[in-house]
Amino acid sequence: MASASSSDGLYVADTVQRSAKILVVGAFGVGKTTLIGSVSEIDPLRTEEAMTTASVGIDDLAGLDDKKATTVAMDFGRVTVTPELVLYLFGTPGQRRFWDLWEGLAEGAVGALVLVDTRRLEHSFEVLDQLETHSKGMPFAVAINNFPDSPRYDAEELVEALDLPPGTPVVECDARQRSDSARGLITLVEHALAAQRVAS
Amino acid sequence: MPSPGEYRDRPVRSYVVTGGRSAPTRNTVRPETLVTATSPGASLPMSASRTERELLGMCQHLLSLAETAAHLALPVSAVLVVASDLIDSGHLSVRTPAAEPANIDILEELLNGLRKLV
Ligand SMILES: Nc1nc2c(ncn2[C@@H]2O[C@H](COP(=O)(O)OP(=O)(O)OP(=O)(O)O)[C@@H](O)[C@H]2O)c(=O)[nH]1
Ligand SMILES: [Mg+2]
Repeated sequence: MASASSSDGLYVADTVQRSAKILVVGAFGVGKTTLIGSVSEIDPLRTEEAMTTASVGIDDLAGLDDKKATTVAMDFGRVTVTPELVLYLFGTPGQRRFWDLWEGLAEGAVGALVLVDTRRLEHSFEVLDQLETHSKGMPFAVAINNFPDSPRYDAEELVEALDLPPGTPVVECDARQRSDSARGLITLVEHALAAQRVAS
Repeated sequence: MPSPGEYRDRPVRSYVVTGGRSAPTRNTVRPETLVTATSPGASLPMSASRTERELLGMCQHLLSLAETAAHLALPVSAVLVVASDLIDSGHLSVRTPAAEPANIDILEELLNGLRKLV
């Protein structure tokens, strides 16, 4: 570590002045880590947080073994988007009460990109419910992560099937492709920007 | 001194490294907060904890607190508490206080940067 420098990729470039963050949320196995990895300039990193039954709720622990019930993992990546701005992508289980385990994770976020797997649409309902009721107006966009056997819907059908608030952007992406993942993030940032412009 | 095997015992370890406190003393630190060791680098007191030393050692160049937590295999919540103390004592400095919430200028800068990735 003593020999590490700011140019070996571990550290953030010294020109960077600001950071921004986006949450990547979605049901189990929808491709959160894949999306983060496709955009990140570092191998995605992982942290774990202790979880208590009080912070999670007994229902969510049903079906988890003891080991999983004591920690919850978050993975994240980093991309230096301009010489002065670095973006962090934090991938967490979709439910708001899980993000609350990470102090300050949702506060100050640009918004959330919600990954949805159309083979298991119903798995996304709880995530979307949580976002709409508890995210205090945090902007979100939906990215449909297509798998080879995914049924295809058009955007309007999905807005209806997922009961999305009017104006919620929906994009398709292959989370393994950097440009696709970046397009999903762009859609979210454009949406957040439009909301800010209306507010100001 | 915990043996390496005890590192997996997160709840206990995070209690130990934070001295039992569960929340940072100030609310300006977040997982994405960028920090560096203050140059020229005041030395830590003899009483400094191992985690304080490790964290400061990790921050010889710019890094987010989430990254330091991952590299040190510590919970982010614990690192936020220890980092707050090191900021209060002047050993760590925050690159830029968080903009609240992300403002239009930052969103535009972010958008322009992301468009180059496509
Ligand atoms: N075909 C295809 N496979 C994908 C895509 N995205 C992810 N996968 C695969 O789907 C599996 C799950 O992806 P992950 O990125 O681990 O999903 P996750 O949301 O991080 O999962 P958890 O953290 O366990 O909730 C992996 O085997 C990926 O390789 C995609 O766009 N297309
Ligand atoms: Mg994952």
